[in-house]
Amino acid sequence: MSRPAPFNGAGRSIGAQRAPTGGEPANLADILERVLDKGIVIAGDIRINLLDIELLTIKIRLLIASVDRAREMGIDWWEHDPTLSSGRRDVLEENRRLRERLGELESARSAEREERPEAEQRRPARQQEPDLRQGPDLRQGPAPKEEEE
Amino acid sequence: MTEPSATWLYAVASAADQDALSGVTGLAGEPVRVVEAAGLAAVVGTVPLGDFGEEPLRAHLDDLHWLEEAVRAHHRVIGAAARAGGVLPLRFATLYTDDDRVRALLTDRRAAFNEALERVAGRTEWGVKAYVDPRAFLPDPEDDATGGADDRPGTAYLLRRRSQRTGQETAHLRATERAEEIHATLTRLAAGTAEHPPQDTRLAEYEGWMVLNNSYLVPDLNTEEFAAAVTTLGERFPEVRLELSGPWPPYSFSGEG
Repeated sequence: MSRPAPFNGAGRSIGAQRAPTGGEPANLADILERVLDKGIVIAGDIRINLLDIELLTIKIRLLIASVDRAREMGIDWWEHDPTLSSGRRDVLEENRRLRERLGELESARSAEREERPEAEQRRPARQQEPDLRQGPDLRQGPAPKEEEE
Repeated sequence: MTEPSATWLYAVASAADQDALSGVTGLAGEPVRVVEAAGLAAVVGTVPLGDFGEEPLRAHLDDLHWLEEAVRAHHRVIGAAARAGGVLPLRFATLYTDDDRVRALLTDRRAAFNEALERVAGRTEWGVKAYVDPRAFLPDPEDDATGGADDRPGTAYLLRRRSQRTGQETAHLRATERAEEIHATLTRLAAGTAEHPPQDTRLAEYEGWMVLNNSYLVPDLNTEEFAAAVTTLGERFPEVRLELSGPWPPYSFSGEG
């Protein structure tokens, strides 16, 4: 194969379990993790704080594609969050709120998973217990970036 | 008369072919241009400050629909530029006040850009993800010595729970080992590798565990061999579903480090 034609990052499945998906546009999650997380980082003239972009990725990871699934889980705070549709607030304030929300979501999720009898609850808490649905380390945000210059 | 504007950077290349970019539009629907200096070419677009000044842009970033469109537009321009030759994608939202500032950037960082361009020349980024159904990696239940000897239901329950948890840890370990094996095989065909965090299931819509989400910088001569290796690995490990994505512009390998 010479240089591949469309540089669009389209995905394809290998193996018999799913039909090949060639020709489809790249999925949003794949684009986001590259466009927002990778690429050369240069501080331009108009400063968009990189931290904002990182938090944004987290926010998006929590939100975008499966809004319906999130609703099923009772996560719908963005519907009441004015910053997600219009208006803007102080960024630090927003970051603070976002972290709180993440904390709430995580504890809600742990509570959902951890239906243990009392005897077991007294055992020392285990960290990072793998969850059959979620896999490891998903709650971890992107690693801190070094801003150049 | 003219609206105040800024210059949005999409990519840097050693030489950009303006023809390859004809008809390509950017985030603001603007035609994409090439700005040259120091033997380098920057692929840029003129965007209105009314939407792309610091404050309005920050507000837009909170609008997920706006963001999706914008991110796809950024990716589309970089993809078009990459088709014409090696490029270095710029991180989303790199903005300069005007073209002169972009020329200054190209001149100042000429050496670093050239070095990075050399590193990605003749190579292409491919993404490989691996998904597993954890149940396929659980230990055989018969192996468990939880026994039925104890007929007190509470104790039996606790033992069963403990066994389940140990089972999950074992499954996780086994799946991770398999992912490492796959990664090691693919790394031999690549000039560079980069890891992404596993994607959230709510964003990426998948079942089970994503045990691998990596990018590989593959020499173009190895493209077929690399794709074949992914297929072979998928056949050798039927309990793992592998997904190849690409070609990608070298997003994950453009850092100057």
